[in-house]
Amino acid sequence: MSTQEHTRLTGAEIIWATLEGEGVREVFGYPGGAILPAYDALRKFPIRHILVRHEQSAVHMADGYARASGRVGVAIATSGPGATNMVTGIATAMLDSIPVVCITGQVGSKVLGTDAFQEVDITGITLPVTKHNYVVTRAEDIAPVLRDAFRVANSGRPGPVLVDITKDAQQATAEFDFAAAAPGKLGAHPMLSVAEQGIAEAAELILTAKRPLILAGHGIIQSGAMSQVRALAERAQIPVACTLLGLGSFPASHKLNLGMMGMHGESWVNHSIQEADLLIACGMRFDDRVTGSLATYAPKAKKIHIDIDPSEINKNVAVQVSLIGDLATVLDQLLPRIRTRDGAAWLHSIDRMKGDAAVRDIKNLPDNGHLYAAHVINDLWHATSGDALITTDVGQHQMWEAQYYKHEQPRSLITSGGLGTMGFALPAAIGAKIACPGKEVWAIAGDGGFQMTSPELATIVQEKLDINIAIINNGYLGMIRQWQETFYEKNYECSPIFSPDFVKLAEAFGIRAAAVATRSEVMKTVEAARTHKGPFLINFMVEQEDTVYPMIVPGAALHEMIRRPSANPLIETASDV
Amino acid sequence: MQHTFVAYVEDKPGVLTRVASLFRRLNINISSVTVGGSERPNISRMTLVADAPPAAGHRIMASLYKLENVVQVDDVGRFSSVSRELALIKVATTPKTRSRIFELVNVFRARVVDLAPGSLMIEITGSESKIEGLLQVLNENEDRVLEISRTGRMVMRRGHHTSRVLEALGDVESQNGAVSVPMVDALPEEEETLHNDSDLPHQQP
Repeated sequence: MSTQEHTRLTGAEIIWATLEGEGVREVFGYPGGAILPAYDALRKFPIRHILVRHEQSAVHMADGYARASGRVGVAIATSGPGATNMVTGIATAMLDSIPVVCITGQVGSKVLGTDAFQEVDITGITLPVTKHNYVVTRAEDIAPVLRDAFRVANSGRPGPVLVDITKDAQQATAEFDFAAAAPGKLGAHPMLSVAEQGIAEAAELILTAKRPLILAGHGIIQSGAMSQVRALAERAQIPVACTLLGLGSFPASHKLNLGMMGMHGESWVNHSIQEADLLIACGMRFDDRVTGSLATYAPKAKKIHIDIDPSEINKNVAVQVSLIGDLATVLDQLLPRIRTRDGAAWLHSIDRMKGDAAVRDIKNLPDNGHLYAAHVINDLWHATSGDALITTDVGQHQMWEAQYYKHEQPRSLITSGGLGTMGFALPAAIGAKIACPGKEVWAIAGDGGFQMTSPELATIVQEKLDINIAIINNGYLGMIRQWQETFYEKNYECSPIFSPDFVKLAEAFGIRAAAVATRSEVMKTVEAARTHKGPFLINFMVEQEDTVYPMIVPGAALHEMIRRPSANPLIETASDV
Repeated sequence: MQHTFVAYVEDKPGVLTRVASLFRRLNINISSVTVGGSERPNISRMTLVADAPPAAGHRIMASLYKLENVVQVDDVGRFSSVSRELALIKVATTPKTRSRIFELVNVFRARVVDLAPGSLMIEITGSESKIEGLLQVLNENEDRVLEISRTGRMVMRRGHHTSRVLEALGDVESQNGAVSVPMVDALPEEEETLHNDSDLPHQQP
């Protein structure tokens, strides 16, 4: 249906016509009473609807879709339980600044606030976990509100937006004029300004620093500032440390890339932060997982913070120079002032900090019959030549993925960072695959998290998606067990978890599957999954009581990490390589 | 420390909740909030007073700007400004105390707006300290205060400062440069005295 004509449509039709006008081709949703008028009108529009098994997953899919493509993801659900089920997905997108538009049906406007069947105050519930939300009670408001929702979701620091549309608004008719419904012109954000003076101060700090370090965050990917960051690093010979969500923003194989910082970052990365005399924070927010104790964080360093959100400045870490604005734009202003610089001494001293930590790495240990998650991830990285799009849940497998899968490209790792949501990987992989059908997509999950959203296996089959799934199965809620081991005297209360036979489970859905318990089987099973046309699940039965190292105890200083044991006590026969 | 913000917000349902919820999330108590019309149609003006650490001002202001319905925020505590509050005070009276209270009301340039056999109602406008001054005297005189209703502080920056709302909304005048937006840190000496807040005795009459 053309969006140019001024036609009279029902509110339900206006929803789809507006989405079509915004360039939406796929939505993730689940029907229900209050959203049924919209579903009734869906067949008239060229929009693919992916039927999910739980509304939380619909939002995770829209989230994965947005992270994989950079476009706004759309999720749709009914009122009441449909809407409340979305909340975890919305909060996940909020904490990681992902542009998602959630549309919920609502009871008729005449009965709002009466506890009508399946009525819930979803805008009240989601107020703190959305960037903004709206209630629409009239058909004529649907197009302008939805268009504004897309603007809000995708502008500035992106985030999720919820639009709650009453059933009578969907049923009424109104003039539809897509162009006229465009968001009004907005005044410039008065706090969003980069003064020339700030640029000059930043350039001066960079050019005079002896031990500068770039902290590469998610904002680089969101802003599309990969080439600018690379130019800055290469021209001034500044090493780069990545946050979890910043992985892929700077090529892993680049000689200036040190790797991931923070709680489970490599020792030399965190030591470099503590030794640096200048931190250039690009699109990152000094989260507690990357700073450790704030009192002892980067004590020798001046800090430059470049971010689009003024409320992040001086929130956790006091900075000397703040440049508030779109990262790519700010760096475009800064780069002409950056001259080539000799960074050899500092890079050399970081190499010395690496010492034997780089080689004393579990993935380099010979096969002794045990299967370690690190081996699985490392082999998966080799098998896919580092080109796959990986999604993960939260926990040990997430950290092993971040340590052992080397991401060269932005948007190749999709993981729940801020909220740390179990069950994210599988639906996020579905969204990513829908967004990028040509990409090889792997969902990596633990045995615990996988069981939270495993019904979405049915979605994979129904939508005929070629997604591979790797379950890192250690029979525990692994990170919980690790914390209980470290902080609760090995009191493994409620962390051992029973799982069904995942191979049989997958087969029940019509998905090919295999179990792997030894290292020698890893490569060939991964290859079998890759060559199989259609979804494939591998249940990796890994060492049960393995621990993610290095580890910074919460509240400890960044340099006081627990290092990998020189010989892993679990590997009796292995010698330290 | 006490922070005072003036926020221009869209006049829509739920906007007050969004602003209040922001302070709730930061665990900051709002000591007073006044909301009413402004010079622009469909834009309300809020004056928010909150106790928070000195460094929190920037964060609160930046967080307010993140709300879609907030058009402009001003941390007015940093500038020379006029602050006013309106209070209605109901005082118990006897034939003996009534004339003394009338006298007090006159000294404070307040007004008696209701008179009943056992009580009277005072309307007083001024700085918070002026209202507190009146209450203090009433208490010291052992006049029984039956009810107090205070509006909370409303604040406007002094001098030539004009709300940037006009500019933000693309007002023609401001585009022509007719509305100047100086960042008034300090005003000329005579202006300062001209607008002196102390239009009345503080504390003691």
